[in-house]
Amino acid sequence: MPLHTHSENCQQVFAVLSDYLNLELPPDACAEIEAHIAGCTPCVEFAESLRKTVAMCKQYQPAELPAPLGAAAKAQLVAAYGKMLAARKSG
Amino acid sequence: MERDAEIELARQLIAGKPAAFEHFVEHYRAKVFHYSWLMCGQREDAEEVAQETLLKVFESAGQVREPGKMKAWVFRIAKNACLMKRRKSVFAPVRELSLDEFMPVKHTNDGGGMRIEIADWSALPDNIALQSEMKALLEQAIRELPETYRSVILLRDTEELTTQETAQILEVSEDVVKTRLHRARLALRKTLDECLRGTKENATTHA
Repeated sequence: MPLHTHSENCQQVFAVLSDYLNLELPPDACAEIEAHIAGCTPCVEFAESLRKTVAMCKQYQPAELPAPLGAAAKAQLVAAYGKMLAARKSG
Repeated sequence: MERDAEIELARQLIAGKPAAFEHFVEHYRAKVFHYSWLMCGQREDAEEVAQETLLKVFESAGQVREPGKMKAWVFRIAKNACLMKRRKSVFAPVRELSLDEFMPVKHTNDGGGMRIEIADWSALPDNIALQSEMKALLEQAIRELPETYRSVILLRDTEELTTQETAQILEVSEDVVKTRLHRARLALRKTLDECLRGTKENATTHA
């Protein structure tokens, strides 16, 4: 289990890590973070754990599926879609 | 389905291509059901939200001229339908998450400095979310998030909508979306980290 001396730089990285992972930081801020974590193994590990958390969310597919669409519900949707197309043609 | 394929599907739906209707309903009914199920908590509510959302999408599709905006439009309607369900059900107080509560656990070392503990995530494969136990843990962690954070993580990371789209759906600023997304991710990371370190009871094994 890695242990590491905490610093203000680590806290600054911690605060903007999602923006960094989203590639939403300005280049200079990005460079500052990369310069810090290049010499800070625990920050790299923390960033990696957050990156994997995000990757898991992106892959997440719930096991539950909705019940099959019933005939009455499908008829409602077909009718609504028909009206939508008719409105587009007349509009 | 990739975003480009979703845009093409919306284009075909709007153009009245016969196969597009069935495909659109199947695709978004499942997506809205999943979102609503995690937002409302009840399967019955989620199925009603999915049906109400699709009906409103067709009724209001005249407002969507650009296929690229269809997905955000669907989720905007779904978000509002979920809010109506929640108003009818239990009142859940909004809880704000602060950055401080997600800092890794701090200890004072022998030299008086601070140190942190984190689990060893390096052994986890990138496709770990496909494993059933981890999927159940992640789902439980998402459910435990306060509603305002849960909706952001579902829209941004699960549905991969943009910050701008998510802000429009939730009717908040892009900065608020970014702030909530970061805190929601940190909350999920912390919960998963505690599970990996064995310091949090795995609720899924006692379900």
